Amino acid sequence: MKFSYYPGCTLKTKAKELDIYGRKSLEALGVDFEEIKEWQCCGAVYPVAKDEVATKLSAVRTLAQAKEEDGKLLTLCSACHNVLKRVNEDMKSDDNMRLKANNYLALEEAYNGETDVIHYLELLRDYVGFDKLKEKVVKPLTGKKIGAYYGCLLLRPNSVLAFDNPENPSIIENFIKAIGATPVVYAMRNECCGAYVSVTHKEIAEKKSANVINSAKDAGAEMLVTACPLCMYNLTENGKGAMEVKYFTELLAEALGVKE
Amino acid sequence: MEKSEQIKLIKERSGTDAKKCMKCGKCSGRCPAYADMDIKPHQFVSYIEKGEIDKLLNSKSLFTCLTCFACVERCPRGVAPAAIIEAVRQEVIRMQGENRVKAEEIPEIVDDKIPQQLLVSMFRKYNK
Repeated sequence: MKFSYYPGCTLKTKAKELDIYGRKSLEALGVDFEEIKEWQCCGAVYPVAKDEVATKLSAVRTLAQAKEEDGKLLTLCSACHNVLKRVNEDMKSDDNMRLKANNYLALEEAYNGETDVIHYLELLRDYVGFDKLKEKVVKPLTGKKIGAYYGCLLLRPNSVLAFDNPENPSIIENFIKAIGATPVVYAMRNECCGAYVSVTHKEIAEKKSANVINSAKDAGAEMLVTACPLCMYNLTENGKGAMEVKYFTELLAEALGVKE
Repeated sequence: MEKSEQIKLIKERSGTDAKKCMKCGKCSGRCPAYADMDIKPHQFVSYIEKGEIDKLLNSKSLFTCLTCFACVERCPRGVAPAAIIEAVRQEVIRMQGENRVKAEEIPEIVDDKIPQQLLVSMFRKYNK
């Protein structure tokens, strides 16, 4: 089975580490994957309004392209995952969206939400398995106290994302254990970082990021891991360097001995 | 457009049924942007049902809501306050001259670390 890998715009520019270490780790784990050809931007935010159609079309193109392969679309950026998975749900369950998108795109075969959208962490849990991952670790991050930062995009809405328990998730903590480190559970791990208001209302993003960082510090975390470039920006830039933040793929590559 | 028709359109666009609200306030209790809102998430649900749309159209909450969906996740009645806020926000920014961010201002206010994802999402949220 081959996964169709969707990097998205930011992983090719400001979040190269998320992409590069993600690929190296997949190779080390023996996962068969290939980047989707000529992929387009996912749209960055899921258009919530029911009457939005055009803003979802680029996501549908990607989903339909993955269907032509093995129907397994692998995402890494939390925002891309949220958008692609929710648009896919619309293509399954919203007759109006499905009709209009298919009429417009005129694909050879109509797309009706057949593709599975799988986040990298879900791949580690459900396809590789955290036990297997643990066996492949050559440089365990023993003693490192790491807080998982989920944010909103991986978890909500749970009715569509079905990623983990939205109020008390454990997937990233289990990942942290698998690479030999110690997970630190803290209250604000599924709280919003401030998201896109960072440019127009910087003070709000600063406040939100500080809340997350203080909560993690109080619980004893030395470092946070994230899967989202926007969270990374808010927690580091608007968090004013108060906490070390890494992409989870960087730690994964380190533990697998493929980080150069 | 008639007021009643405008309210009907906004409700349809939200895709959620405000009538199901039992006024427990969990949405606002969970909202991370609560302190930055003049009209709170539970009030959006209540005002749209009462037809008090003008208050909502002028609310600063439209641009401080983070669309993080925490309110949606906590609602015991399956109402989506964030979707009502989004439906009202769309009503505002789809009007001519209501874009909140100008592209030519961007180089002045961004730093070189801002991810593309942030800029694209901001334009999608504040402009049409």
